Amino acid sequence: MTPLDQMLLWFELYSLQERYISVLDNDQLEAWPELFTADGHYEIVPKENADAGLPMGIIYCNNQGMMRDRILSTREANLYEPQTYRHLVSGLIITPADQGMVKMSANYVVIRTNQEGDSIIYQAGRYEDQVINTAEGWRYRSKRAIYDTLRVPTLMAIPV
Amino acid sequence: MGHHDLHQAELPPLAIQFPRSDGSRVPYEVFSSPAIYEREQERIYRGPTWNFVALDVEISQPGDFKSTYVGDTPVVVTRTPDGSLAAWVNRCAHRGAKLCTLPRGNATSHACLYHQWNFDSRGNLTGIPFRRGQKQMAGMPPDFDMKAHGLQKLRVDSYGGLIFASFSDTVAALPDYIGNEMRPWIDRIMHKPIVYLGCTRQFVNANWKLYFENVKDPYHASLLHLFHTTFNILRVGMKARSLPDAGHGLHSIITATRIEDDNSSAAYTAQDIRSMNEGFHLEDESVLGYVHEYEEATTNHIQSIFPQLVLQQIHNSLVARQLLPKAPDQFELVFHFFGYADDTPELRELRIKQANLVGPAGYISMEDGYATELVQRGSLREGKSSSVLDMGLSQPDQQDTLITESLIRRFWTGYQALMAL
Ligand code: FES
Ligand SMILES: [Fe+2]
Repeated sequence: MTPLDQMLLWFELYSLQERYISVLDNDQLEAWPELFTADGHYEIVPKENADAGLPMGIIYCNNQGMMRDRILSTREANLYEPQTYRHLVSGLIITPADQGMVKMSANYVVIRTNQEGDSIIYQAGRYEDQVINTAEGWRYRSKRAIYDTLRVPTLMAIPV
Repeated sequence: MGHHDLHQAELPPLAIQFPRSDGSRVPYEVFSSPAIYEREQERIYRGPTWNFVALDVEISQPGDFKSTYVGDTPVVVTRTPDGSLAAWVNRCAHRGAKLCTLPRGNATSHACLYHQWNFDSRGNLTGIPFRRGQKQMAGMPPDFDMKAHGLQKLRVDSYGGLIFASFSDTVAALPDYIGNEMRPWIDRIMHKPIVYLGCTRQFVNANWKLYFENVKDPYHASLLHLFHTTFNILRVGMKARSLPDAGHGLHSIITATRIEDDNSSAAYTAQDIRSMNEGFHLEDESVLGYVHEYEEATTNHIQSIFPQLVLQQIHNSLVARQLLPKAPDQFELVFHFFGYADDTPELRELRIKQANLVGPAGYISMEDGYATELVQRGSLREGKSSSVLDMGLSQPDQQDTLITESLIRRFWTGYQALMAL
């Protein structure tokens, strides 16, 4: 890969990540599953389980339909205090792997604000992603949010 | 087990009045009073109770240990070299430092960071640096008794793969404490070897008893958790059980078993309850899959063993929830997920998928923490007012229903006896 190719790749994947946090932070939840491939995986697991090789987490989707179900439930079924996320993402590392797949990792912090205007550091963690280039552009084939903030405050209604 | 088993020394009364003796009126101050919280630590968590601390399989090997809590007291539970269990308060016998600083691990001895006093996995003191002094300098007094300076030990026992600890010398043996009514339901879930699949944690700004009420409250299930009805899962017409233990009434089991072809959605529509919406369906219904694993095809099994355990089977999701008080207005839930050792890969995958149903992001449980916080916020300055728990009051013996607050009333009468209120 030429340096220019590397810069281009970095730019494209950085843009994917920016789009990802933008849809979650600006109430465009229906666009969130579209950033994954149809067979994409999404999960949120606590660091203590990830480190111990234990599988359990708080959200687990193994296809895009399950992600749409999660958003439909968030919109129509689940009850929670109106809230806003602001994602801060840093430390993006990009590692090309086999067959056009690229691995990405990054740190994230989510600040959650409730309707009274109280902001808390809701969750800190890291993303471990696999992305591939599709006809629609780069998409997540797998995204794992591995969170350090082991005690989830009150509830999680919106993916991180 | 009867009330006499919970007998403790008399205490001066707190100025807290339960307006009725049947548990149907609960003064809100029990959810916020620091005096109540203090008394609970003594009379409940350090009193004649068994407190869930771990799954057997979390500490299966000699030397395995886990840091956890009984009430808000930090304790460590260990597997000793001979395979037996031990538990001790996580406070160094020298000058009080927190001894074990790791959440989990394996060690046959535990050395305090501060002055390196050393303890075995049973909590016995085994070594003191410079005990005999050095170069004519005096060490510990010659009559210092190592045996008398071990860690503070708790009783510990396991039932059906669930480990409990107790500060009490007088509490009944663990199987008797769990009781005749509750044991078969634990046996039902813990009937074969299990595998630990990890834990998740949820921190809620509400009093721990509001969560205990919640898991004894089948009435809320189809009203607060709209997922059920939005996607047509649980109906009032399911075959139901709401059973307390026969003694103090602090333990309970709620079950729901699906009846095919029930028409009870009509009851909701007729009453104009907000939860019906025929229009939504899941694209991937596998999250609601159900593999028959038990004699009765129960989709929900919610069993509380007072004061620290809620054992749960929801579809094929198996969890031992540990309920820990942190302050008058804070509690933590630790969801210990497990499967069976003989799970097929498909069944294991289903259990992982069904973690979506429970816990802090659970489709049918995320509202519980929020609901308890709403009570905490709404009642904070209303300590002398009381909640109203009359649902099913006129038929106190009816147990084949989910529309009842009978288990909560039993909880409060048992709680009052234990707390001398
Ligand atoms: S406080 Fe533990 S060795 Fe001194
Ligand atoms: Fe609930």
